[in-house]
Amino acid sequence: MEAFTTHTGRAVPLRRSNVDTDQIIPAHWLKKVTRNGFEDGLFEAWRKDESFVLNAPQYAGATVLLAGSDFGTGSSREHAVWALQNYGFKTVISSRFADIFRGNSLKNGLLTVVLPQQTVEELWQLVEADPTAEITVDLVAREVRADRPQGPLTAPFELDDNARWRLLEGLDDISLTLANEPDIAAFESTRPSWKPSTAQV
Amino acid sequence: MGRTLAEKVWDDHVVRRAEGEPDLLFIDLHLLHEVTSPQAFDGLRMNGRRVRRTDLTIATEDHNTPTLDIDKPIADPVSRTQLETLRKNCAEFEVRLHPLGDIEQGVVHVVGPQLGLTQPGTTVVCGDSHTSTHGAFGALAFGIGTSQVEHVLATQTLPLAPFRTMAVTVDGELPDGVTAKDLILAVISRIGTGGGQGYVIEYRGSAIEKLSMESRMTVCNMSIEAGARAGMIAPDRTTFDYLEGRAHAPKGADWDAAVAYWKTLRTDDDAAFDHEVRIDAGELTPFVTWGTNPGQGAPLSASVPDPASYDDPSDRLAAEKALEYMGLTAGQPLREVAVDTVFVGSCTNGRIEDLRAAAAVVGGRKVADGVRMLVVPGSVRVALQAVEEGLDRVFTAAGAEWRHAGCSMCLGMNPDQLAPGERSASTSNRNFEGRQGKGGRTHLVSPQVAAATAVLGHLASPADLSDAPDASVLEEA
Ligand code: SF4
Repeated sequence: MEAFTTHTGRAVPLRRSNVDTDQIIPAHWLKKVTRNGFEDGLFEAWRKDESFVLNAPQYAGATVLLAGSDFGTGSSREHAVWALQNYGFKTVISSRFADIFRGNSLKNGLLTVVLPQQTVEELWQLVEADPTAEITVDLVAREVRADRPQGPLTAPFELDDNARWRLLEGLDDISLTLANEPDIAAFESTRPSWKPSTAQV
Repeated sequence: MGRTLAEKVWDDHVVRRAEGEPDLLFIDLHLLHEVTSPQAFDGLRMNGRRVRRTDLTIATEDHNTPTLDIDKPIADPVSRTQLETLRKNCAEFEVRLHPLGDIEQGVVHVVGPQLGLTQPGTTVVCGDSHTSTHGAFGALAFGIGTSQVEHVLATQTLPLAPFRTMAVTVDGELPDGVTAKDLILAVISRIGTGGGQGYVIEYRGSAIEKLSMESRMTVCNMSIEAGARAGMIAPDRTTFDYLEGRAHAPKGADWDAAVAYWKTLRTDDDAAFDHEVRIDAGELTPFVTWGTNPGQGAPLSASVPDPASYDDPSDRLAAEKALEYMGLTAGQPLREVAVDTVFVGSCTNGRIEDLRAAAAVVGGRKVADGVRMLVVPGSVRVALQAVEEGLDRVFTAAGAEWRHAGCSMCLGMNPDQLAPGERSASTSNRNFEGRQGKGGRTHLVSPQVAAATAVLGHLASPADLSDAPDASVLEEA
């Protein structure tokens, strides 16, 4: 996994709540069997509308997505995370993420940052007024920073120590778990015989 | 203090617990399908890893499979590649697979329970958010992403963040014609699509206890639409009766030992939930969605809401956008909304009980002119059972299309899709923009409402059907 320490970049204001993963990447893209090449599928239906914010030239090349609440609801498709990354996003900020989406993003090094809706609103206003404004997402200090005309904005965010450490180091979860192989074997040895098995009967 | 059902199942699967780390949980059953697994198998291959427990892993094909001409090569080359990739991966890694054409093929969440693999007190995962379905058996079952699929394949475990517990208690009697689907749609509209975030919901109360196993699956299936990690129902006699005798259910002394354990899987009287919601079953009515997320629903007897009636600005904006996409106007009675297509199927409502319910309504009646009704059984076994009961003939006599098993129009990855602007009444679980085809408009409904809607051509419940069924319709067939 790609490590994430700190990132500074321009941001796209996506003023929509309840953005489900069917919108982030429509189902017909899910037929691909790779983890890349999803950038053109990102928000495919909405991008057909010229006025959609991702089409605005002033936000081209932005790497921070400022999303509305309940981002990533619905389908568990990890393709949604890959599409955001393939397109160039490094981090998504929202007041609330769907659980599976958040888990998927952290596994891929896409940092999902939860901030109060009021702060998201302030950041929206900042980048709508000045699309060149940059936002820094600092995982080391666990804070989001931005310079505003009315003074600097600093917003702390929470991420548990373990998830933060894995991201900072870019660790592979499977290797970490396999280091505990004896625990798994011990658990398996006590598992009752009547537990289900898929072996053909 | 006592523990909830979810906490008991969790505790019984902890492989490793260490300060400052998420618990490592053992996974009893891992279900695979073609869409979310190829990249996971690639990961195993790249790292020289194997599938740790092929005896706890099973795969089927469902999302991409056609529902017509299943004996012919799949027309869409990309879908074909995906199915071939699953077959190749399962062969290479020795995973049991039920491909298209196999008698055990079907929607992954229909297949697991009908084989008796989904059992109380187990942990079940699948790279699909509707894995919550299996919680109906008192299993802790949740959808995972592809990285986690790879993790389970390699280790049979998952590191998981702790959850909070929510009780949704439904007491009383469901009125006639009100189903599990109406109940769960009402729950979601009450708590919202994000209201369950971080929670495992336990559905309880007398109305839940009275539900059949299949109806319980309908309820748990849609837990994810409220944002919940999982939904569960405590196992009881109904659960045990459903499981007894199924291919993978325990037998003999194992059965007795299993039932003894399963009986312990109830929330203790002195256990506390982090959040509680109470619903009176007697107040529920047929429920349909009008918007573009499953929380945007209302009783069938109501009208399309006015976005201006929402206090929260983001709810208001969401309602405005939804009405625009759905082509509806505020104040329009929901009963007057005309549909082009009716879809009966999916892991929410594609089981035999659902097909029986829909057949009972269309039997002896005709699907309205200009309406296309698709009936897609959730699995080959469900299809066979329906044929044995003559339900397929009831549907075709009414003018509906009887198809082969799969996900079909639930998400439109195969050719079964809505055209732009087309409107459906669908027994599936998601009314997202474009979910059933680009530009398609979806109203989520119960099988009974779907069937009555097909007959009348607009959103309706069986109570709206004034004509008595005509036996000669069936005889003509
Ligand atoms: S039927 Fe629909 S919701 Fe269920 S697994 Fe298939 S696509 Fe997903």
